Amino acid sequence: MITKRIIPCLDVKNGRVVKGVNFEGVQDVADPVELARRYNEAGADELVFYDITASVEGRGIFTDILKKVASEIFIPLTVGGGINTLEDFDRVLKCGADKVSVNSGVLKNPDLIRQAAQRYGDQCVVFSTDVKRVGGQWHIFTRGGSQDTGIEALSWIEQGVKNGAGELVINSIDTDGVKGGFDLALLDAVAERVDVPIIASGGAGKMEDFKALFEANPKVDAGLAASIFHRGEVDIRALKEYLRGEGIEMRI
Amino acid sequence: MIAIIDYGVGNLFSLSSSLAHLGLETVVTKNAEDLNCADQIILPGVGAFADAAQKLRQSALVEPLYEQVRSGKPLLGICLGMQMLFEKSYEYGEHEGLGLIPGVVAPLKEDIPASLKVPHIGWNRLDICKKDPLLRYLSGGEYVYYVHSYYAKNCAPSVLAQSEYHVAVPGVVRNKNVWGCQFHPEKSGPVGLSILKAFSELAGGEKE
Repeated sequence: MITKRIIPCLDVKNGRVVKGVNFEGVQDVADPVELARRYNEAGADELVFYDITASVEGRGIFTDILKKVASEIFIPLTVGGGINTLEDFDRVLKCGADKVSVNSGVLKNPDLIRQAAQRYGDQCVVFSTDVKRVGGQWHIFTRGGSQDTGIEALSWIEQGVKNGAGELVINSIDTDGVKGGFDLALLDAVAERVDVPIIASGGAGKMEDFKALFEANPKVDAGLAASIFHRGEVDIRALKEYLRGEGIEMRI
Repeated sequence: MIAIIDYGVGNLFSLSSSLAHLGLETVVTKNAEDLNCADQIILPGVGAFADAAQKLRQSALVEPLYEQVRSGKPLLGICLGMQMLFEKSYEYGEHEGLGLIPGVVAPLKEDIPASLKVPHIGWNRLDICKKDPLLRYLSGGEYVYYVHSYYAKNCAPSVLAQSEYHVAVPGVVRNKNVWGCQFHPEKSGPVGLSILKAFSELAGGEKE
């Protein structure tokens, strides 16, 4: 059967990997190509790159990095950040991305997922959302998690899947950076509504958090994290061996 | 030299980079003469069967490809490229394949419980059923990366290796000098690279 996946996420700005705590206080960590190499050797199942540069120049640096990574690392690569049009899909796919992650681009153009799925196939389109509790509901947030769109999250996510998203990244702003574990309640609520693979993001602080994630909901396929891997607080190889020892199928 | 057939389907960046990484000479081509000069041929492909089959026919490479296969040259189909090696596909209707390996391509979702997701996407364990030069660097039980919604059926005699997804999904198939991989060797880490390396070492007329 399919293994659960462990996915390090690299936020890239001006050619460097950064990762904030609760999206604030962004801190430089390392060279993206070097980090990607390290994660690949440690057994990462996939790599996610987010381009968080705003400038055209930064975009060029990002695609150069992507090309470099894709010419020496042969595991699935997902790329996101600034994907607003089919031309953006084209640009990153040509540089070696296998899957493209859309987030706020869908807020600007609600038809983006359908158009992209039609051209590149469902398996190519990853729908990523930043979600936070507001009152008794979950809302979609934008601008790096700082702005409430007022959109009810579960229906929004379900619509994205209906439009052709092949996979979801569910990032909980409530648990992100807190290191107290993934947002299991949110993931349960999403899993009840959709049947595409779900990648959980936000909240991993230790190895046991991944075990709790995969045991809590069999419909969650992957755990994504950034800073705990970048800072060496959790080693990917050790994590995968631990999870396999706990009876969770892992590729080692 | 390995010829990668370019018929306008999918992204060949990873495949050509992985072969380059192995130090292999490749040519991405629409040209029959390149197929003739190559030592091995790869038929890639992602997307929909009918569309890809039509594009391959329009490329006028089908006859040259048959000719190379008849001459005994090793051919490897990857993902949709593997599915096209079979006789028929039932992806949105019924479409004719290249007929180089006996069997058909059918929707996974009709044969697995609704609780299992389609596409079959992710790392799955590859169990070897038959020893083969293409798998010479594997010991069995390695993990490979799949992304597909349809799978090969009625092809048991050709199956070299398979993965379990409620049904046995043929992962590697072979009929004489024609091989196919349902998963993506160019995305399956060192395991996938070792399969590509083994393919590059195959010579024409390899015995079963």
